[in-house]
Amino acid sequence: MDLLPVALTIITASTPLLLAATGELVTEKAGVLNLGVEGMMLVGAIAAFAAAVSTGSGLIAILVGAFSGVAVAAIFAVLTLTCLANQVATGLALTIFGVGLSALVGSNFVGISLEPLPQLNIGVLSTIPILGDLLFGHDVLVYLSFIMILLVGYFLSKTRSGLILRAVGESHDSAHALGYSVLTVRYLAVLFGGFMSGLAGSYLSLVYTPLWAENMTAGRGWIALALVVFGTWRAGRIAFGAYLFGAITILQLHVQGWGINIASQFMTMLPYLATVVVLVFISSDKMKIRINAPQSIGKVFYPPR
Amino acid sequence: MSQSFRFFPKFVLEPRLEVSGQWMILSPIIAIILTLFSGIIIFSLLGKDPFLALYTFFVQPLTTMFGITELLVKGTPLVLIGVGLAIGFKANVWNIGAEGQFTMGAVFGGGTALLCQHMESILVLPLVLVLGTLGGILWGAIPAFLKTRFNANEILTSLMLSYVAVLWLSYLVHGPWRDPAGFNFPESQLFSDYAMLPILIENSRLNLGALFAILVVLAAWILMARTIIGFQLRVVGLAPRAAHYAGFKQSGLIWLSFLISGGLAGLAGIAEVSGTIGQLLPSVSPGYGFTAIIVAFLGRLHPVGVLFAGLIMALSYIGGENAQIEIGLPAAVTGLFQGILLFFLLACDVLVRYRFSHRSVLTGGRCE
Repeated sequence: MDLLPVALTIITASTPLLLAATGELVTEKAGVLNLGVEGMMLVGAIAAFAAAVSTGSGLIAILVGAFSGVAVAAIFAVLTLTCLANQVATGLALTIFGVGLSALVGSNFVGISLEPLPQLNIGVLSTIPILGDLLFGHDVLVYLSFIMILLVGYFLSKTRSGLILRAVGESHDSAHALGYSVLTVRYLAVLFGGFMSGLAGSYLSLVYTPLWAENMTAGRGWIALALVVFGTWRAGRIAFGAYLFGAITILQLHVQGWGINIASQFMTMLPYLATVVVLVFISSDKMKIRINAPQSIGKVFYPPR
Repeated sequence: MSQSFRFFPKFVLEPRLEVSGQWMILSPIIAIILTLFSGIIIFSLLGKDPFLALYTFFVQPLTTMFGITELLVKGTPLVLIGVGLAIGFKANVWNIGAEGQFTMGAVFGGGTALLCQHMESILVLPLVLVLGTLGGILWGAIPAFLKTRFNANEILTSLMLSYVAVLWLSYLVHGPWRDPAGFNFPESQLFSDYAMLPILIENSRLNLGALFAILVVLAAWILMARTIIGFQLRVVGLAPRAAHYAGFKQSGLIWLSFLISGGLAGLAGIAEVSGTIGQLLPSVSPGYGFTAIIVAFLGRLHPVGVLFAGLIMALSYIGGENAQIEIGLPAAVTGLFQGILLFFLLACDVLVRYRFSHRSVLTGGRCE
């Protein structure tokens, strides 16, 4: 069996998970739990798709998708940061809203199909056998997912701004006392999360399928949230997790090709079951979660008097 | 430096000393009014006459007897699930997987009904209902176990299990439970009359399930307001540390929340298939499990509030269907309305715990 096409499909299945998880990592590191990833992805997906259909430009489509993610993330930010609303409830609201909004806008786009984004071949690199195909023959969003997780990992662990962001996430009261603007940092982090979720959604509707279907994210936003926990809030482990889940998603497509006869529904269950198993596996070590989780996550920040 | 957090240039938001009971009631009313206003904008954007659309959406369904019975039919699962979720949310236990527990209720109860297809006994129906409820309890017990034993986040596990439950039902009706005489449609046989909930009003779909919903509301009210368990659930939600020092067992309350909310979602599921649908289909819920989350919040996490909120959200379902038939609005408008309503509600809820003021009145102590 030829493994190269399998590896390539794993990369395509992993990319949306990686993009969304990268955004959520930054949001959570700043101490905000945004459960609305699924909703932001859906809005990004339909916005990018609509833009692609009406303009025909992949670049515009990607930008529209990403900034639609930012726009809906802004609603979340205003509600949780300015209006001090409960983050869990608001995140759920964002997902319900995103499902509804995308389905409404998308009702005009069902059944239209798109040319997928072109592959960007990077000069001679993409002519290297196997490695060239594997690493250097993708569309722009795949490269972006590689770059963003590296940048975010570097930003969080090696830069001063990253340190401030982490300080805000660990103890908003201390960060506030030191003179950092907790709200500014959190607003930016939430909007960045929206941007990345929007990109993840764009990838689904522009490249992965490429068409629009209601609820097409099929829980990927929630899996991305689980990946952040699985990766214990570390960029490298999150990337590993994203590819692991990409592989599990792809497995279901190949199992039947290998002559194993299982009802398709059971194969489709795999990523969801794997998410549960992985969460149990990681979370059972309470100490590990306690050490790695941002200490202020999910808590409302009201400046001390 | 200003010590209060700026909301508007002149006003600051400051914590109230006590939760405002007045705003607890006002907040959902204002949220509903704001949602109706957004409705006018949305309908105009869709190129429809906004007032005709609002009328077909929210008034017309209630002008016929059939419309009113349908409201109760759709309200039944929302109230049943919403009451259970509200109990959990009060205790900060986030069961997001009601959709899955609802589906498993339908699978267990519906499976029992199919097994008992040829039994002509009045015992079939109680058996079906009990097993349906057990199905929901079982599916709710998994996240509770994973949370208490392995510390796994219940939001994510319960939600993932919803996907699994829906796929499981899909497998059953496409495969082993498909009606052999059903022209290959993915549907089970119709349940026998002995497995069906009796209809309350002739020529409608209103069935005994609605009565269950009312009984459950009353029972939950008593549980939360008058029993020590209800007290513990409320304390855990409001002040987890106080609950800890008082020696309340957190894991016990997580279990309890999940078993109650799972069981009620399961009951809602079996009531839906054996009361309203009459057979198993690949999908037995138009998202009741998720809408019930809004119902719980809109109903202020109080059983009686949930009853009203359930009816309001039920109206959004039948209004959506009506508007789809009458003026060709996309069905998805319902979901959008539901999301907008929850946003407005959460925004208005700020005023339950905070108030605007020109300058800081409180002098000492932090309020959270």
